[in-house]
Amino acid sequence: MSPAPPSDLALFWAAVIAVSILVYVILDGFDLGVGILFGTTREEQHRLHMMDAIAPFWDGNETWLVIIGAGLFATFPVVYAVFLGAFYLPVLLLLVGLIFRGIAFEFRYRSVKTRGLWDAGFFLGSTVVAFVQGAAIGALMRGLPVANGQYAGTSFEWLHPFSVLTGIGLVFGYALLGAGWIVLKSEGDLRDWAYRRIPWLAAAVFVVLGLAFAVSLSVDAGAIAQSHLKDRPWGWVFVALAIATLIGVVIGARARRDGVAYTLTVVFIAASYLTLGVMFWPYMVPYAVTVASAAAPEESLRFLFYGGVVVLPVIAIYTFGVYWVFRGKVRSGY
Amino acid sequence: MDLDPVLLSRIQFGFLISFHIIFPAFTIGLAAWLATIEGARLATGNPLYRRVFDFWLPIFAVSFGMGVVTGIVMAFQFGTNWGVLAVKTGSIQGPLLGYEGFTAFMLEATFFGVMLLGRDRVSPRFYFFSCCMVSLGTMFSSFWILANNSWMQVPLGHAVVDGKIIPTDWMQIVLGPVQMVRWPHMLLAALLTTSMCVSATGAWYLLRRVHFDEGRMMLHWGLGLAAVLIPVQLFFGHLTGEYVLKHQPAKFAAIEARWKNEQPASEVLIAIPDEANERNLYAISVPKLGSFIASGNFTSAERGLESFPREDRPPVLIPFFAFRIMVGMGLVMLAVSWFGNFLRWRGRLESSRWFLWCTFASFPTGFIAILTGWYTAEIGRQPWVVYGLLRTRDAVTPSLTTGDVLTSLIVYVVVYWIFISFGVYTVYKLLREGPRARTQATNSVTGSRPLALAARTDAPADGRPGGAR
Repeated sequence: MSPAPPSDLALFWAAVIAVSILVYVILDGFDLGVGILFGTTREEQHRLHMMDAIAPFWDGNETWLVIIGAGLFATFPVVYAVFLGAFYLPVLLLLVGLIFRGIAFEFRYRSVKTRGLWDAGFFLGSTVVAFVQGAAIGALMRGLPVANGQYAGTSFEWLHPFSVLTGIGLVFGYALLGAGWIVLKSEGDLRDWAYRRIPWLAAAVFVVLGLAFAVSLSVDAGAIAQSHLKDRPWGWVFVALAIATLIGVVIGARARRDGVAYTLTVVFIAASYLTLGVMFWPYMVPYAVTVASAAAPEESLRFLFYGGVVVLPVIAIYTFGVYWVFRGKVRSGY
Repeated sequence: MDLDPVLLSRIQFGFLISFHIIFPAFTIGLAAWLATIEGARLATGNPLYRRVFDFWLPIFAVSFGMGVVTGIVMAFQFGTNWGVLAVKTGSIQGPLLGYEGFTAFMLEATFFGVMLLGRDRVSPRFYFFSCCMVSLGTMFSSFWILANNSWMQVPLGHAVVDGKIIPTDWMQIVLGPVQMVRWPHMLLAALLTTSMCVSATGAWYLLRRVHFDEGRMMLHWGLGLAAVLIPVQLFFGHLTGEYVLKHQPAKFAAIEARWKNEQPASEVLIAIPDEANERNLYAISVPKLGSFIASGNFTSAERGLESFPREDRPPVLIPFFAFRIMVGMGLVMLAVSWFGNFLRWRGRLESSRWFLWCTFASFPTGFIAILTGWYTAEIGRQPWVVYGLLRTRDAVTPSLTTGDVLTSLIVYVVVYWIFISFGVYTVYKLLREGPRARTQATNSVTGSRPLALAARTDAPADGRPGGAR
């Protein structure tokens, strides 16, 4: 492995993928979160409004997942192969969960008899997708064994107790994001319902992630001790910011300020994400594959660059456009 | 054969891609057909075209959505199951598939949305333009997929550095001679598939004595287009055979079930290849015809499988039969479309019920031809995943266990069974119902959520109990 720094094009593509992951987590996070909360109420009125609150967005949000997958394959094939090899079964669960959510979304309106089945599919699909994503983050923090540019571990290494905790943490995190979104998009009963849940969800996120932190410091020394956080003490700023925003979410919810919960949860996620970035950089697969060593040859990065500079802004504008068109509170019965 | 991760991964890939390809194959043709009748309506103002357009649009939307979902699963297969392939050839396959993704996104994000929802919001000319762009987009998508696959068939424009395959000439990779033959072959196959489906739908309505005008139009357009395209397709099929003979002689020998070197070579029309004993059972063959098909004369020597090392030989049984089924489907399309146009010329098309039944029954010919054609190409390429560069058995993710792949295969089969039956059922219901006035408004449908169009237009007015206040 050469210690050479990554090329400009490699940095460009690494930045594109990093931003896409953050955008994905923030956007698909809220609709997965709404799906998770969907399973905690039996009231049809609430469920309908929850569906309406994410209907125009959820599928477009998943676009970013494909950008991440296709982008990694083209620009960092080693990362693509190691990641998908290490998370073979979680990726299977992720795809199946996404498919079931999609079917449930389109078919629950059309059926009365089987609606219970679709509702269960929507809730379970959302929860499973959130959990495996969180578990994958935990497994990455513990580091993946890599040999000859391929994953060299076993099929269930991702299911370590630490990863299970981060998985549960992300389920609560997405649910918090979803509750913030519901507040933003709804009025009346449903908004009150969501408001009441925000402090509990914020507390759950804090407890679970704190537990994971404690586990990684005591029982399983791998996840945090080996990270680069100790060499970069300024990185603790992001940890502090994450904790502060979580408190802010609760305060905002108590004050019934509609925009605060969602916005601050987004900041919380961004701060947590940056913490991970400080821990991992310059590794793309901790602690085995760096940005420079994983990058595809310059010819490939450049060839795709010409398409990327055209297409990525269009996708960004389109995403913005859809959110603009469907802005504001969802009106019922339209 | 034992169940190992390699074989199971191959079965899984074959399963997933078979259930993916049928949707894009159908939507490529459907997009072109929609653009064409929208253009015809714009030129003539004939309301019949509008009714037919409005009828096929939701079917297009559902198929497009199914294609997107099954395509997303494909996007992860290269990494989950074929990790060594991904690392070794990612520098070439990655950007090609990346461009396919870009094309698909551009399409979803722009003109597809206009096509689904913009009828009343943009000018008729712009609407027509959007339809054309969607059609072009689907064709570009297929271009990148075929560029990728053509490179796997005949790798060009690359160098091998430190065991990794590095692109050196993108022009060769993207616009190589093999791609320029195989892409039209696939495009024509897609157009023919849709032609046969449209004709069959028309025939179905005429047989049921419903939607006469629309059914007649579908029948005429579908059979007319098929009659024109099928000779062109046979020609491109011939060109495809030439590239196989030139670059993949072992595949050619397997397709012909030619075990021994022969001069002049006979052509095995039909037989049961016996791979264990390297011979054909119950063979019906024509002397010298094999030389003519391969080389254009009746005297040339043709290579049999014996001239290739055993470890470089593809399986024979599947390429042999798949190829013959594909050609057979082509001949059925030829017969149906030409005879149908003959009947039309004599003014008897709509009244020949037996022929309408034949047309109706030939709706799957295009799908079968596409699947068997791909099986011929892909299984005939074995034992290579990238011909001459990387063997399939060396390409699989090393950490995979048999249990992993068996689990995923079973899960995919179950999930696809549910998912695709619902999709096909939705399309069937739309087809069965036939053209009608669709006035109900749709909401929250976007270009990336096309299934909603069919779901909502198909729902009864009170389809959302509790939703209306």
